[in-house]
Amino acid sequence: MGRYLLRRLLQLVPVFIGTTFMIYWLVWSVPGDPFAGKCGERRCPDTYIAFMTEKYQLDQPVWVQYATYMKNLLQGDFGTKFSGQSINDIILTSYPNTLKLALVALGIEAVIGLGAGVLTGLRRNGFLDNLVLISTLFLIALPIFVIGFVTQWLFGVKWGIVTPTVSSEMRFSELILPGFVLGSVSMAYIARVARTSIAENRRGDYVRTAIAKGLPMRRVVGVHLLRNSLIPVVTLLGTDLGALMGGAIVTEGIFGINGIGRQVYRAILTKESATVVSIVVVLVLVYLLMNLLVDLLYAALDPRIRYE
Amino acid sequence: MSDILVSEQSAPGAGSGRPAGRLLEVEDLRVEFRTRDGVAKVINGVTYHVDAGETLAVLGESGSGKSVTAQTIMGILDTPPGFVTGGQVRFHGKDMLKMSGEERRRIRGEGIAMIFQDSLSALNPVFTVGFQVAEQFRIRRGLSRSDAKKRAIEMLDQVKIPNAKGRYSNYPHQFSGGMRQRAMIAMSLALDPEVLIADEPTTALDVTVQAQIMDLLGELQRERQMGMILITHDLGVVADVADRIAVMYAGRIVEEADVYELYGKPGHPYTLGLLNSIPRMDEKGQELRTIKGLPPNLMNIPPGCPFNPRCPMAQPVCREKVPPLLQIGASRASACHFAEELVSRD
Repeated sequence: MGRYLLRRLLQLVPVFIGTTFMIYWLVWSVPGDPFAGKCGERRCPDTYIAFMTEKYQLDQPVWVQYATYMKNLLQGDFGTKFSGQSINDIILTSYPNTLKLALVALGIEAVIGLGAGVLTGLRRNGFLDNLVLISTLFLIALPIFVIGFVTQWLFGVKWGIVTPTVSSEMRFSELILPGFVLGSVSMAYIARVARTSIAENRRGDYVRTAIAKGLPMRRVVGVHLLRNSLIPVVTLLGTDLGALMGGAIVTEGIFGINGIGRQVYRAILTKESATVVSIVVVLVLVYLLMNLLVDLLYAALDPRIRYE
Repeated sequence: MSDILVSEQSAPGAGSGRPAGRLLEVEDLRVEFRTRDGVAKVINGVTYHVDAGETLAVLGESGSGKSVTAQTIMGILDTPPGFVTGGQVRFHGKDMLKMSGEERRRIRGEGIAMIFQDSLSALNPVFTVGFQVAEQFRIRRGLSRSDAKKRAIEMLDQVKIPNAKGRYSNYPHQFSGGMRQRAMIAMSLALDPEVLIADEPTTALDVTVQAQIMDLLGELQRERQMGMILITHDLGVVADVADRIAVMYAGRIVEEADVYELYGKPGHPYTLGLLNSIPRMDEKGQELRTIKGLPPNLMNIPPGCPFNPRCPMAQPVCREKVPPLLQIGASRASACHFAEELVSRD
């Protein structure tokens, strides 16, 4: 296991370098003048442009720029915005918000999605089963901004159960609705996958054995059946984890959350290339680590998968 | 010897007033499978019993209902499609089919345990073998983790798994087929059951390993004085370990007899056909003898004796009347109109 982990971590290095270089190259290759409109109504003074060109090495080939960027990055410096603000600060203030939202969404996905999946998988074709099948179909079919705006209007404006937007304090109670919206589609998929998986394994020989051992039904289901049925669910949750941690441009926008998704969106609009690159680099790193985590989780769930 | 028998029958907990102290009795059991294509009558009045310390072999082709009977006894029949439509399953004289789910659960593993054919799929792939044995002690006996582990290692040792301590934390897929079946036996015997149902325990194994597993089962059964129901389609397996044999066909017992009597003089043409189909060394080069035809479709069992379309002795009466399972002699019964003639042949 230790050797496997080391190998996987080493594999991350070329992937990380490759992806970040592509991002760097693509973002800085976007046509247009990065300094257009930076100085109000007037054109920026030549001294400013010369200074910025020098600072961001814009007269140098891309690989030189990239090498400098990576050198700084390895020292923990994500660079500065054109305005001089540290990008580290931007990431540090917005990423915790994204993380909180992601965890709430993940929790909702896991609890509601898995719960609904287990209940309907054990008892198919009942009322609950049909209810879950139809409601998940709705969630899967609707675009997320529709779910977002409709629930915001219903719960936040019309019924006033929650505040329509999230305050800067990011209280848990405020995050439930955005978390639900963000996790809704995956929750629906998880419910369906868990349902199929439970229903399939329910007829498994080892479940019959567990019953024949005289174990209480809650142990048969909660230990023997669930552990096996979780494997496909973890795949889904895992891929989703990376996506959730990557910020949610739409959900953060609707509920006014100052998260990483909003920051990157704003940076793209204002051509803040340095910010875009740095944020995306963080997201790549998070995504890679989450993938690794899921692979390790697999091995923990299913001993037949062994990494040597 | 007789002293032992007497003391056993008057043992506390054995109950009094029940007929001849039967441990497990199945009486006129009827089970049908209700499927989309129709109703299959899988069990059509099965009656058998097993006492402490004896081995009953249930013999029959696939689909004859031997496994379904066992599943009904254990209460692990898949419902739907399986439904019990009649009969009784009495354990210590009490009808289990009338018990609550919780009462039945307590009997499973402790009163009646079962081992299955394919140990790879019957053991949970994601838990260690040791965990699955120890689970019985932890959940059913309330032992602590460490005590349960100790007992589980003892059990693995008893079924002769070498280096039981080391193999405790192996997963089922790390065991060989024979070792897995031993682990399965350890698991089912953990709570010291009074009856063990072995559903084709050696079918998935190599011939050499088959013999070892059967020897082990026989040994443990004698040691613990368990009643054992051995379900098999392998005539060779039966001869060594069984005391009595019940032959099943189309959801019925067609013959039941002492193992020597049955092998010596089958009382039913189906049994005769089965025995004749065993390959013999002195008939090398000749075509194997088989029973012509196929078992009946259980959704449409022919009138009369269910075996009549395949029976070489069939007479008009066989197509009209279902032969009941009748006693012939002291310790055997046959469901054939011509049982007496078969048995009295030379």
